[in-house]
Amino acid sequence: MVNLGNIWQNLLASQAPLQAMTGNATTMSGLATYTLPQLPYAYNALEPYISAQIMELHHSKHHQAYVTNLNNALQAHVAAITSNDIPAQIAQQPAIKFNGGGHINHSLFWKNLAPAESPETNYSEVAPSLAAEIENTWGSFDGFKKAFSAALMGIQGSGWGWLIKESTAGTENSRRLRIVTTKDQDPVVGSGEVPVFGVDMWEHAYYLQYLNGKAAYVENIWKVINWKTAEERFQGSRENAFAELKALL
Amino acid sequence: MSTSLFRATPVARSALRAASAVKPAATFVRGKATLPDLQYDYGALEPYISSKIMELHHSKHHQTYVNGLNSALTTIAEAESKGDFTKATSVAPVLNFHGGGHLNHTLFWENLAPASREGGGNPDGALGKAIATEFGSFESFVKQMNAALAGIQGSGWAWLAKDKAANGKLALITRANQDPVTGNLVPLLGIDAWEHAYYLQYENRKAEYFEAIWNVINWKTVAKRFEA
Repeated sequence: MVNLGNIWQNLLASQAPLQAMTGNATTMSGLATYTLPQLPYAYNALEPYISAQIMELHHSKHHQAYVTNLNNALQAHVAAITSNDIPAQIAQQPAIKFNGGGHINHSLFWKNLAPAESPETNYSEVAPSLAAEIENTWGSFDGFKKAFSAALMGIQGSGWGWLIKESTAGTENSRRLRIVTTKDQDPVVGSGEVPVFGVDMWEHAYYLQYLNGKAAYVENIWKVINWKTAEERFQGSRENAFAELKALL
Repeated sequence: MSTSLFRATPVARSALRAASAVKPAATFVRGKATLPDLQYDYGALEPYISSKIMELHHSKHHQTYVNGLNSALTTIAEAESKGDFTKATSVAPVLNFHGGGHLNHTLFWENLAPASREGGGNPDGALGKAIATEFGSFESFVKQMNAALAGIQGSGWAWLAKDKAANGKLALITRANQDPVTGNLVPLLGIDAWEHAYYLQYENRKAEYFEAIWNVINWKTVAKRFEA
């Protein structure tokens, strides 16, 4: 006989990053239901660099679809667990990773953007410790920007570029920075990786405005990076990075 | 639509029609890949695929793959001439991506035709029979292909292919990004599920694009590839 309580506990523990991000997740039969987080600014707040139309579709349609499909996949997963159907459990894993990743990535992304010219976008003012480590690693902000932009432009297909802080076991105080790219909606949830900020390189993130000119999107995204959020994530732990949204929900 | 959108002159188009036939017109001039002309105008697949999408998709996206492929080939040739196999090997992912992009789009353009001409309808003959036998019915095949397209996580393609290793049996497959269909699989019909293929017209409603595209599938091309 299966102990359902334990299984649900384990399942929920394995979803810890998601749970931390969606503090208001309602519980039904022990299964959390994730909800779309509100944007911390209006759809047109990132104009002219990201159009209101892109933001509205991206948030209300694309992100919502990841949330909806994540909830569906988790429900199917729990049903497969309760019926001891291992093939069905495994069959749900790609959908959980894809849609759960989509939910995590977009939730982090919205918060690491801010209206151009707002105080949060003033890199040297609001991100002193991150700026020091960036310059330590890439020589200068321009050197970093060049390396990060090249990584974004090198993505073949859909994916994301992230600045992460490495902090593996025993090096919790590490401040080492690294640029990584991920495919599709693979999330940055490795045990030693703290996401500092991410840039969405799916075509839906820029196509309505920039068409095939993705280099212009990559150039303009720097105008709307929320360095205040990036600094907070850089100073915090992996748990903090995923928990920070909780307070805003 | 402005006439500047119409890329090929009628003369060039008829020459292309005569030359195209079975093989994808992946034209290589002196070893260089070049952008093939479309056999219809950018606006010809309206209202199912907008003129704007077709123009960008062909003249910008496909052109970028052609340029990337040529650049990768040049890098490999230079590396080879210097015996720099590390350099040559490092180009493999770029070659696969841009070479795949060129092959896939070249096949794709030939898979399409205006609804007022060869586009749409049902496949007949040997191909129609094979599809009905292997997928239950044509309608069931369309359903399965649309489900495969909808299931692509990220950018990619869905293909109806012929498996040379299995007596020419049909196979429904998907490929990530621009990975081409190679080896024992012969690509017959490909549908582009990259967002740039539909987003300007269908936005996030990609299921509508997958439904609509069947109105402009050129079954003659698919049948020729099947019988080849």
